[in-house]
This record gives sequence, C-alpha cells and structure tokens, in this order.
Amino acid sequence: MNLRPAPPERNLVERSEILDAVAMARVLRRIAFEIVERNGHDTYFVGIHTGGALLAERMVKLLVEGGEKRPVLGAVDITLYRDDVFHGLPKPEIGPTDLKESIDDRVVVLIDDVLFTGRTVRAAMDVLADYGRPRAVQLAVLVDRGRRELPIQPDYVGVRVQTTAEQSVQVMFSELGEPDRVVVRERSGQ
Amino acid sequence: MKGPHAFAQKHLLGVEHLSAEELTTILDLGDRFLEIADRPIKKVPTLRGKTVINLFLEPSTRTRTSFEIAAKRLSADGINFTASASSTTKGETLIDTATNLDAMSPDIVVLRHSQAGSAQLLTKYIRAAVVNAGDGQHEHPTQALLDASTIRAHKGKIEGLTVVICGDIDHSRVARSNIFALRTLGARVRVAGPRSLLPLGVADLGVEAFDRIEPALEGADVVMMLRIQLERKAGGRFPNTREYSRYFGLNQRRLSLAKPDAIVMHPGPMNRGVEIDPSVADGPRSVILDQVARGVAIRMAVLYLLGGGNEAVE
Repeated sequence: MNLRPAPPERNLVERSEILDAVAMARVLRRIAFEIVERNGHDTYFVGIHTGGALLAERMVKLLVEGGEKRPVLGAVDITLYRDDVFHGLPKPEIGPTDLKESIDDRVVVLIDDVLFTGRTVRAAMDVLADYGRPRAVQLAVLVDRGRRELPIQPDYVGVRVQTTAEQSVQVMFSELGEPDRVVVRERSGQ
Repeated sequence: MKGPHAFAQKHLLGVEHLSAEELTTILDLGDRFLEIADRPIKKVPTLRGKTVINLFLEPSTRTRTSFEIAAKRLSADGINFTASASSTTKGETLIDTATNLDAMSPDIVVLRHSQAGSAQLLTKYIRAAVVNAGDGQHEHPTQALLDASTIRAHKGKIEGLTVVICGDIDHSRVARSNIFALRTLGARVRVAGPRSLLPLGVADLGVEAFDRIEPALEGADVVMMLRIQLERKAGGRFPNTREYSRYFGLNQRRLSLAKPDAIVMHPGPMNRGVEIDPSVADGPRSVILDQVARGVAIRMAVLYLLGGGNEAVE
C-alpha cells in the first residue's frame, strides 16, 4: 500500500460561513422551484451521493410542501466512475445508485452540494449514460466554488464563492447530525 | 493504515486470518455490486486497464465463469488459463508458470490449484495481487464470502445463527473456509457427516461435530449441504451413494427438524438425489441460485479491493 500525504481536509480551521440554516433552506427552495418552472413537473431529480442526494430529497419535499406535484427522485453514486478512483483521495463508501424509473427521454437534473473541478459531475454523467439516454441533463448545485478542470457549468446555482485550491468548502447536513450550514475552511496559519 | 474500506490485504489467500471488520467490508461492498447485475448496461469502468488472469489448473466452470463475469463487469481485461490449455500439461511447474505470467505484468491473478498452499506460493513469485479460488483441501475464500453474503441477506445477520454444514467435511475447502468465516462473524457452526468424512480434531476449529444429521439439524437457521466429491476419493469412505443418501441426504422430512424459516444452501455442483433431494433443492427454502448471483458480486468486491480499492488514505 502506498503511503500518501494526508488529504487537505485534515487540520482545517473555519474561515467563513457562506450559508446558515435559514439561507440554505431559502436557496434550496428557490432552486427547486426554478427547476420545475423551467422543465415542468416531469423533471427527474437525481442527487449525487452523499450531499447531493440529501439536497435532492429536500428539494422534492419542499416542492410537495409548496403544493407542487411530486417529481421523480433518484440517486447516483459515482465512486466506481471516478477518474481518480485509486489515486489517493479518501474513498467514500460506495453509496446506492437508484434510477428505478427509466431516464430515457426525460429531463434529468443532477444535484450536487459543491461544484469544484467538475470531475464528479463528469463521472455522474457517465453513470447516466449507462442507464439510458435522457432528453437533457442539467446541473444544480448549492455552492459553486470555481476552479473548474473540465468544461462543465451549472444551470442552477445557490451561491458562488471565490476559493483557493487549498481551501475546502464543506456543507453540513442536519440529516448527518450537524446543524445545516456551509463553511469555507483552510489550513491554520494561511 | 486503514481507510474507510477496512481492508488492508494485498492478497486474498484465505479467510482464516481475516477480521470480522475485513469480512464485513467485503460483504458490504458485495451488496452494492449486486445492483450492477440489474442495470441495462451491466458494467462499471472502475478497473479499466487492469489485467486479471484466471489461472485455473483444476477443472472448474462455475467459479471460473463467476470470476470472469466479475472482472468484465468492472471493465478489467480478463484472460483465462485452464489446465488443459496451459503449459502445465507440458510439464511446466507452477513457479515457472508464475514467473512467466509475472513477466506479462498482470494486476491480479486468480488461482485454482489442487495443492493446498499454492496461492501462498504464487505470491512469492509474482508482483500481482493473488486471489485464491480454491487450493486443494485448504481454503476457498470467495465461496465462504458469498455464502456469508447469502446468509446475511436472508437472515439479516450472521451473529448468533446456528449453521449446519453437512457432508464431506474432511475433503472440503468450502467447509473449512465457511467454518472460519462464520465463526469470525459470530455464528455457531455444526458439522455433520459420517465419521469417516469428519477430519480428526474438527472440534479444534470451534465447531460441534455430529455423526448423524438429525441432531445437527435441530433448531438450525441455515443448512449447507456439501457435494459428495467422488473424484476426491470420498467414495472409499462410505459404502455407496445410496446408503449415504439414506443416512445423510437432505429431504423434506429431515429439513423439518430445522427452524421453520431455515434456508438451504449448496455450493454446487449438486448430486441430486445423493446429498440433497430435488424437492428440497428446488423448494421454497433453497437459496442456491441466490448464492450463484451473489458469487459474482462478492468476486467483484474482491477484485475491486485488490485492484486498488483498498488503497484508501486514512
């Protein structure tokens, strides 16, 4: 086994808060309604495991609470499709991929928490291609932190922030035992 | 150093020395890989560019096919070497075969061989990760893992269950690997068979031994019937298959001694009418075909971990 340097998520201190719980809920509601407004009720919400899947679930719930028809909800896990699957990133557990209803000829909206290099989205599009041929694929993200490494842009954005490569944007979820918020972290002393 | 996937082994030579955590890591991954068989495109790109050599120097269709499908579903390039087609029939030793294979830079070699310890030997001569797909009467780790996966899926757990393994325990690497895995995962294991087919000192493996099947079946959650391996000279240890069937064959009447929700397993290939009655093998409590389906998923999990998935950074 190769010994590799600790990933940058280690030993980080919080630098700033981008969204608190109230702002996060407001942003999610706006994106959810924007998606339905643009595509209609036939839209297929697909969250990228783990954060995106939680956000997709919340969006669907917000829409139903807002009196909208319940859209189809799915999830993808991209672990097996990563281009860096064996290259020293801490590996998430392989999560469920759930696309029971066919994606053929549907408008699929991929949902992720943080858009960074674009590699996760690239992998998620590969997963979709193995399941069928959607009419269109769109991308919704809670945070766009810039620094793309692939030609991928979001269709719906909660909030944009400028970050450096060394910083880390973290989304916390009440479902995972922490209060909802989004923060930027970096190594202490920077 | 352990990552989120707690599996830090380079090879899979047996289950005897694996921890409950390591076994569970493989079982959890196996559950995830199961779903890929239901996709319209039954393939993920994870092991693209990796080479897996199936070196099967002992006849086996089922295990080899299972490994082959597993490698293909992970997009690895798989090459099969079988006994009849390989140079071993021309007199080449296993070590020469190994060094020649190593020169071709495979990433994983899956070995089936009639000698116990052959997989371990192979690791000294090649750089690739080695998966033991059955070595003599020693171990057959992926069979034990797929059996554990099947049990866990049907019973929701393994800890605390009573599992009966019945048949030719003495010649069976499947029995040995299952005993190790199930004991580590907290099951009570009983073995049953004619005394001539129970190894000496079997109790040292932490199991209860029975020379009649009926008391072993009482209150069992899982009944695992082993094949009578006539090609391994088991035939000399009991008078004939008809008598074996009369005393040790699993039929409906005997199965009724086990718990009402007990499941019936068999590693295959079955001798119908010898160790298992067709009405049981095809009955509602049989999970034999589920074992086969899970075999592919478990082998995908093993190839994934040994192909690099175990290199998680802490």
